[in-house]
Amino acid sequence: MATEKETGTFQVKTGLAQMLKGGVIMDVVNAEQAKIAEDAGACSVMALERVPADIRADGGVARMSDPSMIEEIKLAVTIPVMAKVRIGHFIEARILESIGVDYIDESEVLTPADEEHHVWKHDFKVPFVCGCRDLGEALRRIGEGAAMIRTKGEAGTGDVVEAVRHMRTVMKQMRRVQGMGDDELTAFAKEIGASLDLLRQVKTLGRMPVVNFAAGGVATPADAALMMHLGADGVFVGSGVFKASNRAATIEEASLRAKAIVKAVTHYEDPAAVADASRGLGEAMVGISARSISAEELLATRGW
Amino acid sequence: MSPTVGVLALQGDFEEHITSLHRLGADTREVRTEAQLSSVDSLVIPGGESTSMAKLMDVYALREPLRGFARSGKPVWGTCAGLILLARRLQEDRPEPLGTMDTVVQRNGFGRQVDSFQTKLDIVGIAGGPYLALFIRAPKIVEVGPAVEVLATLEDNTIVAAREDNILVTAFHPELTTDDRVHEFFLAMAAEASTR
Repeated sequence: MATEKETGTFQVKTGLAQMLKGGVIMDVVNAEQAKIAEDAGACSVMALERVPADIRADGGVARMSDPSMIEEIKLAVTIPVMAKVRIGHFIEARILESIGVDYIDESEVLTPADEEHHVWKHDFKVPFVCGCRDLGEALRRIGEGAAMIRTKGEAGTGDVVEAVRHMRTVMKQMRRVQGMGDDELTAFAKEIGASLDLLRQVKTLGRMPVVNFAAGGVATPADAALMMHLGADGVFVGSGVFKASNRAATIEEASLRAKAIVKAVTHYEDPAAVADASRGLGEAMVGISARSISAEELLATRGW
Repeated sequence: MSPTVGVLALQGDFEEHITSLHRLGADTREVRTEAQLSSVDSLVIPGGESTSMAKLMDVYALREPLRGFARSGKPVWGTCAGLILLARRLQEDRPEPLGTMDTVVQRNGFGRQVDSFQTKLDIVGIAGGPYLALFIRAPKIVEVGPAVEVLATLEDNTIVAAREDNILVTAFHPELTTDDRVHEFFLAMAAEASTR
């Protein structure tokens, strides 16, 4: 005999992220791109109107995408569909929840709606993924109800350096926690602005309490494999698939790249397979060196 | 030598299965290639995205080896995506399943993520009281052949766990909890098979 069904529990929310592990989540701007991503083996797609590289180039205010565009993508694929809301914009989040998006990304790639508060995510049945630059930021988001974390990197650059910095920082801090006694944990919780309770969980589990993907600047199969080696559970790829050189990639190019990045993530421990995936992909997106971006144009510093 | 349990590691929560199996002292191996598959005595097909896994199975030429493995009588357990991939037929037109178990399956049978749920189940062959089962964008078994034994149903009689000879399937995810009774059940199937 089965008992009552309970929806929207934290375990049910974190569970979907666990299903995405070892996979690639690709940014797509229309149904055609979503199908290319699904065909290439992406485990999920992020539906948005402009990829981060274009948001960066266009400037202006970036907001949640048109619900009808997200719905078209939902109809085109059977893998889970994610979409972004502005940091703190709980009404955009309610809209996405009501149209049945599978995961919400409260994202620094969009222009923040609130510079003080993030969305209180425990109140939603739909799970959230949030960005972080270090363990403290990750645990603050988990405290608010995020069921999945991604390191921020610097989106839309094609430069992996910030993704590496953020992943290295998180992993280093988690390793430090392993050796701490209770008194040190309390002091460290204060230092990084995290809840002691969640920090204790990190110590017990020896990892983040939720799934942690890498994002922001991952452009090639080698970048993706690098992030997996550094401890990512999977990878978000934004502009790297559908941008070639400084133009839009053709369908063939995009499909080849998408497959190559998926292969590099599955076989990240096998350099020969990553080499194979890296062959003949054509010119990668030109990219912008993250170092050349002025402080006010950085996306990773949005949110806290 | 104790039998080795393989866990298909193309995508999904294979690490969680390995963690559960290690708690029970099992010898495990990640399986990504045909050679790795041929070195294991039983196989878990984990939860994940069935579309992605099916694509990767084809890209890495694992479809026929997996069929052969299941047909050889070696124990195979599919959770969620694994249940989908082992089906004879899906109600949807994709992905193409392996067709090794006499079931018809509906993907995302309960709806989208906001409809994902947890509940307690009684499972045939698993003692010790109700089992907390997590259903994540889970499939439904809508039809079973005569040789398939139903192991668990929801209140509305939806079939969510079943066994056909050497093949076990669950629509939910025992690997996401610390209750290892279903993993124990599968290891018992594996132990029994190794003595035959």
